[in-house]
Amino acid sequence: MIRSLPSSTLYRATYRAYVLLFFAFLLMPLVAISVLAFNDSDFISLPWNGFTLDWFFSATDERYGLFADEELLTSIYTSLSTGFFVAVLSTLVGTLAALLFEEEQFRLKGLLYFLALAPLVIPGVILGISILLTATAAGNHIEESFGLDVELFRPSYWLVILGQFSFAATYVMLLVTARLKKFDRTLEEAALSLKATRLEAIGYVTIPFLRPAIIGAFVVAFILSFSNINTTIFLIGSDPTLPIDLYSRIRFSSTPVLNAVSFMVVLVISVLAITNLFTNRSKP
Amino acid sequence: MMKPQNEFNFTFYLLIVPVLLWLIFMIVIPHAELLISSFLVENDDGEMVVSFANYIEFFSQKIYWLTFVKTAAYSIGVTLLAFIIAFPIAFYLTKVTTRKNAAFLMVLLLIPLWVGELVTVYGWMVLLGDNGVINHFLMTIGIINEPLNMLYTNFSLVIGLLYMSMLFMVIPVMSTLQSLDDSLIEAACDLGASKWDIFTKIIIPYSMPGITSGAIIVFMLVIGDYLAPNLLGGKNSLWFTEQIYNSFLQTFNWNEGAAFGFLLLLLSSGIIWLALKVSGQKLEKVGT
Repeated sequence: MIRSLPSSTLYRATYRAYVLLFFAFLLMPLVAISVLAFNDSDFISLPWNGFTLDWFFSATDERYGLFADEELLTSIYTSLSTGFFVAVLSTLVGTLAALLFEEEQFRLKGLLYFLALAPLVIPGVILGISILLTATAAGNHIEESFGLDVELFRPSYWLVILGQFSFAATYVMLLVTARLKKFDRTLEEAALSLKATRLEAIGYVTIPFLRPAIIGAFVVAFILSFSNINTTIFLIGSDPTLPIDLYSRIRFSSTPVLNAVSFMVVLVISVLAITNLFTNRSKP
Repeated sequence: MMKPQNEFNFTFYLLIVPVLLWLIFMIVIPHAELLISSFLVENDDGEMVVSFANYIEFFSQKIYWLTFVKTAAYSIGVTLLAFIIAFPIAFYLTKVTTRKNAAFLMVLLLIPLWVGELVTVYGWMVLLGDNGVINHFLMTIGIINEPLNMLYTNFSLVIGLLYMSMLFMVIPVMSTLQSLDDSLIEAACDLGASKWDIFTKIIIPYSMPGITSGAIIVFMLVIGDYLAPNLLGGKNSLWFTEQIYNSFLQTFNWNEGAAFGFLLLLLSSGIIWLALKVSGQKLEKVGT
């Protein structure tokens, strides 16, 4: 039943068939959308009418391909830039939080740590509505008192970034903490006894040690932001992110261009996952 | 080790101030605001007054609390199913197959996880629809003559919920199984234990921390999910998040939506708290 133990042929065959079935189930939707992105048909379904790249490049009235669709390209760009800002902000704050909770002792630490973990068990929809309520209340208050209309306090690009940051930082903190637990504290103490300030010790000793985890966390935060919809849907202003744009298209006007976009997402993610495999392998 | 006190403080504040800003402004205040809003109702003069009306509305309308109960029951059911499906896979990847195979299969696991829910839910719509890939395939090979009605049913709902959540069960279980010493299993086997005994008396108890983490994450994702119920579920498979969504973005009754949101938060944290108590685990372990 494990590598080192013999087991019956039937047991092994059944187990393998189950694993095969599981992975078929896992990959089926991704394969289906990818294949249909190249089907020469105006509908998102079989039969197979032959190969075409229309849903990527065509710009005729009947077929509006991905690279001709301004709206779609804009929402991809919005998602990319949102993801970038969310990743920067949450990597920064999440890393600081990891250092704070691992290396410092202070009052109410337990309570703060609990709050920092809370986004793990708060449904994304709830984060979305509570941030929307708070931002709107703050915005109304500022408008009444000072007559200012602040964009950040209305559903907008920046509010989406803040909303996604609120939970992405937790994941960054956990990833960086996991690496920090393997850190040999005597290295930092050595730096301190060699007259480095504490800040220098963190900057020159701890942070370089954490670098792989910080880079990994940055990528994770970006992906969390790029695929998020539960929180984003309540905070979105006039510029939709890619998932929001796709969501409204799925509900109201599906054409195979949706498959073309999905295929591109699957392609990019697959390249990332394979890169991840090889970089992990080159390290012990 | 002696350090100048003020310098120590500077670093400490550099760490704690951004973290406090994050937790106070993005977590504490919004949830306080959610709770307060849920007790406010607009009266006939257009003023906001404190009242239980939003909660009374929830308990007096059958559709609301029925959806609430259904959401809770389905979420628990999907969590159980996810465990049954995912556990053998986690075991296979850590203990049965070669490390090289496992690394390759891990890539296949990561892809749907990273692609995001929207794309995969859309993929299931394409597969399960009346003109979808599965029906087309079954009709071509002649198993059925009429398309099966799979999309917009509870079946497609459960498929969608399972698909987007089950990988979050595989990964934490794998990380606990990795530390399980193979010789424990070998010893049990040498002493004549059956496979069933080994599974139920050694492997499952040992991986309980991973199972609890996985179950909490899966449950949380499922109960708070919006896309799968909305796009794959039928008209009869209402999900509680859809009620919240409707209050906020369709009827614009934000205070009622806040009450629903707070009830969902109570439900999910209540069940998670219970799971942690029963299994004796700590929330700190869930994320790792």
